[in-house]
Amino acid sequence: MGLVEAIILSVLAASTPLLIAATGELVAERSGVLNLGVEGMMIMGAACGFAGAYATGSTLIGTVCGIVAGMALAAVFAALTLGLAVNQVATGLALTILGVGLSGLIGAGFVGQRIVPAPHLDIPYLTSLPVVGRILFGQDAYVYLSILLVVGVWRFLYSTRAGLVVRAVGDNHASAHALGYPVLRIRFLAVLFGGACAGLAGAYLSLAYTPFFIAGMTAGRGWIALALVVFASWRPWRLVAGAYLFGAVTILQFHAQGAGLPIPPQLMASLPYLATVIVLVLISSRRGIAGAAAPASLGLAFVPDR
Amino acid sequence: MLALERRAERSVAAAILSPLIAVVLTLVTMAALFAILGHSPLAALKVYFLDPLTDAYSLQEIAVKATPLTMIAVGLSLCYLANVWNIGAEGQFLIGAVCGSWLAIKTQGTDVGAWVLPAMLVLGALGGALWALIPAVAKVRFGASEILTSLMLVYVADLLLDYLARGPWRDPNGFNFPTSVDFDPVATVPTLIEGSRLHAGALIALVVVAAAWLVLGRTIKGFEIRVVGAAPRAARFAGFDAQRLAVLTFLVSGALAGLAGIIEVAGPVGHLQPNFSPGYGFTAIIVAFLGRLNPVGILIAALFLALTFIGGEGAQISMKLPLDLTRVFQGILLFYVLACDSLILYRIRFVSSRKVAADGAR
Repeated sequence: MGLVEAIILSVLAASTPLLIAATGELVAERSGVLNLGVEGMMIMGAACGFAGAYATGSTLIGTVCGIVAGMALAAVFAALTLGLAVNQVATGLALTILGVGLSGLIGAGFVGQRIVPAPHLDIPYLTSLPVVGRILFGQDAYVYLSILLVVGVWRFLYSTRAGLVVRAVGDNHASAHALGYPVLRIRFLAVLFGGACAGLAGAYLSLAYTPFFIAGMTAGRGWIALALVVFASWRPWRLVAGAYLFGAVTILQFHAQGAGLPIPPQLMASLPYLATVIVLVLISSRRGIAGAAAPASLGLAFVPDR
Repeated sequence: MLALERRAERSVAAAILSPLIAVVLTLVTMAALFAILGHSPLAALKVYFLDPLTDAYSLQEIAVKATPLTMIAVGLSLCYLANVWNIGAEGQFLIGAVCGSWLAIKTQGTDVGAWVLPAMLVLGALGGALWALIPAVAKVRFGASEILTSLMLVYVADLLLDYLARGPWRDPNGFNFPTSVDFDPVATVPTLIEGSRLHAGALIALVVVAAAWLVLGRTIKGFEIRVVGAAPRAARFAGFDAQRLAVLTFLVSGALAGLAGIIEVAGPVGHLQPNFSPGYGFTAIIVAFLGRLNPVGILIAALFLALTFIGGEGAQISMKLPLDLTRVFQGILLFYVLACDSLILYRIRFVSSRKVAADGAR
């Protein structure tokens, strides 16, 4: 296996959780809800996913456990921000604090345990093709799923009536309400979808990326996923570019260390975070202070008047 | 079905009661959680919330831990009142500690005067303020979300501290432990009582609370902060500059977090080391909200949250309960605080679905 192939494979693996979580958050934000709890939902997905897979020996059941955990936290978030019109920023922070704590509690019994990692696709002849074989035909199911997810969300948002309604709710909840659309119910479903994706991304981390669980293993990936949505200007396809770019930055540090470059490992480890700050500044400044691409009702509470 | 209805006027009783209701609801939830984990809920609650109040050592420890929480949370409350979302106080706290420690480490073992500690405190506050200036400028100059940038810088600050403590600033005679040299006595925050860990930083925290109370309640600047946060349109008509205010609140909260950081390192810790903070910068967010963004409320809330840190440690030792439980407690508490706050603005009404349909048809 050549070095280029190895790098591409590791970048794909590092990018997939970012892409999955960011796709879910994109749908929630398109409906007008800013859920800052991605990190918390993701780490709970990792803990519950691992617990489920460890108990049953099935990666699939583990994945479902992770998704359900993410959705459960998202439902709590929705109950507060949609049901009680609580500030979305503060609630999202609470969700992350709670998720990190709960995952430590749940995962404590599983630290140091190992499971069989999620299987990789293996098609005779195709997978063993030189260079492209492993990249195109030798991934685990999550990688293919992440691409399908982006295609699905893109088709949903731009080619279906329901997607149009979601975007309308996010851009002007008062008008959508006046037209008779159930704003809160639509947002609830969008937030649940975001939670499911964050949980799936977390499950990928503990079931496929590193087949074990350690406390705090998401290491800010949930926050980077949030930044990716801004980076992508709330458009699904740009997420793919952003996620792979950030995956590449993450992987860079391992290869730099392997190559024996005289750079402190902490500097290399801080690159994804520094890159996020720089990219956010560049993207935002190009778009102007108004941030025209953001859904107009993003982050605003909606209380229907009767 | 249930529906929210905006209250005609803010209920004063609810404003005082809501944090108390939140605490009670959290305790009930925690009792249930203890029962699930197989412990007697009452015994666990006693270890968590009563035992630390019964001996002098724990009481002092509560004050020691409440000191950074209060200082950071007061700064954050200014930001949140102005609707500026600085959630990277943990990073500003760490950078303050790093900047102040630089002087202590450089002058260690030399014959410097008593000016070194005040200079360290100034450096710490400056460091925190500069670290906070990055997201502030990114927000007002380029329109980048301060939520994400300030949080990303926490990870960077953490790694920078790790690098310095393991690399250039490591104590050469420290048996390879990743810590700096112990600070000289002149570079250490003096203790208030001989032989105790309670230090002069607690007094500084009280001064910060008093100053914030004066600024918010008695000055035009304080009024400006609250108008910009609560009524941005009215603030524009009044000619208040929201952008400048965002930078100012960021700078002040960064300076307070940085000051808290160097006081923590030069006080209870005594040297620079990685992971010296148990997440004070994040817990302070909860403190700010539990204290209803009011300086005096924050002081009380900081003491309460400090109690949970001590109680959590006690429960870990005596009942083998995991430390993560403290974080779960804090997360649940913040949820309840926010939910109860909503009841100050709204009341929940039962609306029959037939009436909703009729209203919809009209």
